[in-house]
Amino acid sequence: MEYEPVIGMEVHVEISTKSKVFCGCANEFDAPPNTHVCPICLGMPGVLPMLNRAMVEASIAVGLALDCTISRWSKMDRKNYFYPDQSKNYQISQYDLPLCHDGHLDIEVGGETRRIRIRRAHMEEDTARNVHTLGSGESGVDFNRCGVPLLEIVTEPDLHSAEEAHAYLTALKQILEYLDVSDCNMEEGSLRAEPNISIRPKGSEELGTKSEVKNIASFSGVQKAIEFEIRRHKKILDEGGAVQQETRGWDADKGLTIGQRLKESAHDYRYFPEPDLVPIVVDQAWEDTIRETLPELPLPRRARIREAYALSEFDAGVITATKPMADFYEATLSAGAPPKQAANWLMGDFQALLSDSKTEIQENKISPEQLAEMIALIEDATISGKIAKDLLAEMFDTGKDPKALVEEKGLVQISDAGELEAMIREVMESHPGPVADFRSGKHKAKGFLVGQVMKLTKGKGNPQLVNKILDEELEKT
Amino acid sequence: MARITLEDVEYVAGLAQLTLDDQAKQRLLKEMGEILAYVDKLNELDTDGIEPMMHVLDISNVFREDVVTGSLDRDAALRNAPKTDGEYFLVPRILDTE
Amino acid sequence: MTMTLDLHSRTAHELRDALRSGETTAVEIAQSYLDRIADVDSRVMAYLDLWEEYALEEAGALDERLAKGEDPGPLAGIPIALKDNFCTTHGTTGCASRILRNFESPYEGTVVTRLKDAGAVLLGKLNMDEFAMGSSTENSSVQPTHNPWDIDRVPGGSSGGAAASVAADEAAIALGSDTGGSIRQPAAFCGCIGMKPTYGRVSRYGLVAFASSLDQIGPFTKDVEDLALIMNVICGRDPLDATSADLPVPDYSESLGREVSDITIGLPKEFYTDALNDEMRAKVDAAVAVLKEQGARVIEVSLPHTDYGIAVYYIIAPAEASANLARFDGVRYGFRHPDAKTVEDLYKLSKSEGFGREVQRRIMLGTYVLSSGYYDAYYLKAQKVRALIRQDFDRAFEQCDVIITPTTPTAAFKLNEKIDDPLQMYLNDVYTNSANLAGVPGVSIPCGLTDTGLPAGMQIIGKPFDEETIIRVAHAYERNRGFDPGKPPLE
Repeated sequence: MEYEPVIGMEVHVEISTKSKVFCGCANEFDAPPNTHVCPICLGMPGVLPMLNRAMVEASIAVGLALDCTISRWSKMDRKNYFYPDQSKNYQISQYDLPLCHDGHLDIEVGGETRRIRIRRAHMEEDTARNVHTLGSGESGVDFNRCGVPLLEIVTEPDLHSAEEAHAYLTALKQILEYLDVSDCNMEEGSLRAEPNISIRPKGSEELGTKSEVKNIASFSGVQKAIEFEIRRHKKILDEGGAVQQETRGWDADKGLTIGQRLKESAHDYRYFPEPDLVPIVVDQAWEDTIRETLPELPLPRRARIREAYALSEFDAGVITATKPMADFYEATLSAGAPPKQAANWLMGDFQALLSDSKTEIQENKISPEQLAEMIALIEDATISGKIAKDLLAEMFDTGKDPKALVEEKGLVQISDAGELEAMIREVMESHPGPVADFRSGKHKAKGFLVGQVMKLTKGKGNPQLVNKILDEELEKT
Repeated sequence: MARITLEDVEYVAGLAQLTLDDQAKQRLLKEMGEILAYVDKLNELDTDGIEPMMHVLDISNVFREDVVTGSLDRDAALRNAPKTDGEYFLVPRILDTE
Repeated sequence: MTMTLDLHSRTAHELRDALRSGETTAVEIAQSYLDRIADVDSRVMAYLDLWEEYALEEAGALDERLAKGEDPGPLAGIPIALKDNFCTTHGTTGCASRILRNFESPYEGTVVTRLKDAGAVLLGKLNMDEFAMGSSTENSSVQPTHNPWDIDRVPGGSSGGAAASVAADEAAIALGSDTGGSIRQPAAFCGCIGMKPTYGRVSRYGLVAFASSLDQIGPFTKDVEDLALIMNVICGRDPLDATSADLPVPDYSESLGREVSDITIGLPKEFYTDALNDEMRAKVDAAVAVLKEQGARVIEVSLPHTDYGIAVYYIIAPAEASANLARFDGVRYGFRHPDAKTVEDLYKLSKSEGFGREVQRRIMLGTYVLSSGYYDAYYLKAQKVRALIRQDFDRAFEQCDVIITPTTPTAAFKLNEKIDDPLQMYLNDVYTNSANLAGVPGVSIPCGLTDTGLPAGMQIIGKPFDEETIIRVAHAYERNRGFDPGKPPLE
C-alpha cells in the first residue's frame, strides 16, 4: 500500500538572555559544573521564581515572526514529574494558555512554497544535565542549564516528508537567528528538534498512531530519524501489525530509533497554575512596541534584495542566508559598492576566508566600508582583480585599509604606457624566439610574452594596457 | 464523586513517589475517603460561569530585568547535598528511561 | 544577673524604651531571655535551635553601636525568634521535619534580613507542625510543644512554638506563617496576639512553602503596640517575590490610640452557630461590647460560603503542597535513605522515611486531586468556590470596616486528643481558613480566660491591605477591655 507520512515538529530553543529565566544566574554554556547555580535554580526550600522580562519579550518577538496570535492573557503552570534533571521536581511551563499560538511558517521545498501551521509557542525552563561518565558508576547532576529560558515551538502535523521537516527546521532556525534570540546550536543543545511521525494510507484523512523521536543532535539526524521511522511504521503496517504510541530515542551511530520504556503514569503531569508567578498580560501597545523592533525577516528580505539589486535568486538566497551576511552586504552597498561586484566578492573570496578561518562575518576584521573601498580600487583600475585577491587576504589578516595597504606594499597597477612599452621591448629583445614564432603565425606564443611582462612588472602591469602595447609592438616589424 | 479505591491509592503513591506498606495504604484509603467525602459538599454549589480564582491579588506582569546578579560558590551549592564528588550532585546511576 | 530578671516579661516597645534610656543593655535583655528559656523551655519545648552565643554576640555588637550614638534601627536589641520554616544563614532550617534535619540554608529570607537590618537580636528557631501542616504542633518530627497555660494541652499550630515562646516570655516577638490559621489559632490558644497580614503584604521569599497561594508570614506579639512596631519592619514589596504587592506601607504606629466611633463591625451570622462553644461565644460577645461602648457600630453580616471553606482549603492547600514538597528528594539537600540503589528508590525510600504521616497524607490528597481526570472535579471546583468566598468578603466589607469572629470554636485541646482524627483536626481551622482563601488580613487578640484558665481569642478580619484599621480596632479593645490577661502560670 502507498502511505503518506504525517509529521509534526516540537522544537525547544534556548533563548540567549543574559540571565536565567527565573533567577539572576548567568545564562552561559560550558561553565564548570554547578557554578552557575543559586538557591532559586537549585530549588532550595523557600525560594521563589521571578520571570525574566527579556524572555517574555524574545518569546513575543518569535511569536510575531511566526505570525502567531499573542495571548492577551497567559500564565505559567507547574508540570509535575520526578527526574534527577529537575531541581523542584516540577517544571515551570505553560499549559493551556501559551504566550503565542496559531501562527505559521512558509517553507520552500522543490520550488514550491508550503505553509506549516504553528500550533503554539510557550515559555518554560530548561532542565539540568545528567552525566553518566563519572567512573563511579553513579550519575552526576549539573544544574548550570537548569533554569535556562526555553521556548517550545510546536507545529500542527503539516509536514509530509523528511525533506520538508528539514526545510522547516532550516527556515525556523534562520528566523530565530535573524531575531538574534538564540545560538541555535544543535550540538550544544540550544536547539532541540523532536519530530513526531505517523503514516496513513494515501488519501486517508485519519491520522495514524504516532511515535515521537528524541535525542537528535543535527538537522541531518532529524531527516534520517524521520526516514527511519517512516520505514519502520510501513514495515509494521505491511506486516499487519499496529504502531505503538511511544517515545523513541535516536541512536546516531547505529542510525536507528530505540523505544524508551515509560510507565503510563509518567505522563500524568498534574498541571496547575503556578501560584508563585502572576499572569502575563500583553496589551496591544506592548505587542506593537515589540513588533517595531523586529528586523526584516529572511523571506521578504531575500525578495527585496533580489529585486532591488538585480541579483539572481541563488545569489539573493546566499546573501540573505544569515542576517549578519545580509547586513554586511547592504552596508557594503551603502558605502558605494556596485551590487553585483559586492555580491561576487562576498560570496566568493570573502566567504572562503571566513570559512577557512571559521570566523563569523560579524567578528571579522574587514568592515563593509573597506570592502567597498577595495572594490572601488578595482573599478578605477588602481589595482587588478588578481592583486585584489591578495589584498583582501591581507585586509582580512590585518584589518588595515585597502588604500593604505596598496601604498605600503606598492601594489598600484602600472598604467604608464611609456614605462610598460620600455619593459615590453626589453622582454621582446631577450626572447627573440617567441617573437619570431608569433610573427610567423604561431599566435599562442603571445601568452608566454605576456607572462614574461607581468613577471617583470611583478604582476602590477595593467593587463589591458600590456596586451594593447604588446600587440602594437608585435605588429611592428 | 466515585469512591477512592485501593488502586487509586497505589497509583497516587506512585505519582508522589511514596512507598506505602499495606497498613498505610488501608489507613490512607480510609482517611482520604473520609476527607474526599467531606469535600464533596462543594458539589452542592452551582459554580457554572464562576471564574476560578488563581490569585487573590489582582496583579500581573511582575518581572525581573535581565541582569546577572551572580551565583553561589560551588561549595555552598553542594554543601547540603547527601552525596557529591565536589563538582556534581551524585545520584544512583540513571537508567535509560525517562 | 538579678537586675535582668524582669526584662523578659516586658513588651518589645518597653524594652526599646529601656534600651534607649540607658536603663539596660541589649546584652542584658538577651541574657534575660536566654535565662528565661533555660528556666521554662524544658516544659514548653518551643525551641528547636537556640542561638545562645550568636544572640549575645549580636547584642554586644548592638550595644557598641548604641554607645557610639548610632541608631541600629526600630527593633534594636529586641529578642525575636523564628518558626523553623524561615530560611536563615545562621543555624539550621528544618521545618521540624526529618527530611530537612540539619539543613543549613545558603541564603537568608527577605523578612529575616529586614529583622536583622532593623537591629533585632535573633534567638533561634521554633517548633512547628512538620512543614506547617497541622493545628497542634504535634506533627513536629522533633518534639511536641506544650501550652504554657496548661502543660497538658497543645499550643495550637502550626506555629505552636512561636505562639508558646511569646506567651511564655521566651521571645519578645516571634514570627510564624499562616496558611489556614497557623498564626491566629495558636495565638488564641496561647493568649498572645497573632496576625496574618494580607496575602502579598509580607514577602514570602525564604519561607519554606506549604501552600503558595495561601501562605503568609506574620508576627506574634505581647501587645498591639508591638504588633505595629514589627509590622512596620516586615511589610512591603520585595523584588524577589512576584506575589508581594507594590503598595505603600503606612506607619502602623499611627493607628494606635485612635477612636473607633466611626468604625462599623460586622458579625458574620454563619460563624455564630451551635458549633461554637458557649464560653468562647460569651468572651467574644463581651469583647464586641467593649468596642460598642467605645462608639463602634455593630451589625450582622453574612459570609454565605463559610461552610465550604474547609473543603476548599483541603483541596487547594494539599494540591499546592504536593508540588512544593516534591523537591525534598534527597539529591541536593536533606535526608537520603542509605539503602537507595536506584533513583526511584532514592525518591521513594527517602520521602517515605523523611516525611511524617500528616505530610504524606496531604501529599497523597493533593496528588490525587490534581491527577488525570480529577482536576476539574476537585481543584477547579475549589478555585471557583474560592472566588465565591472572596466575593462574600468583598460584599460584607461594603457594609462594615472589620469583621469580628471567635478565632477558634473551643479553647486549647489536650495533647493526643485529636491526633488520630485528621478531619476533626482540620475542622479546627473553621474560623480562620477563609481569611487565607480570600487573602484578607486577620488578627487574633486575647479576650479573656475560660473558667478553666485557658485563653480565648477574638479574630478581627479587615479589608485587603487595611491592616491599619485592624490594628486601630485591636488597640482600642486592648486599651479598654478593663482586665489584664495576665501571664501563664509557669512559675
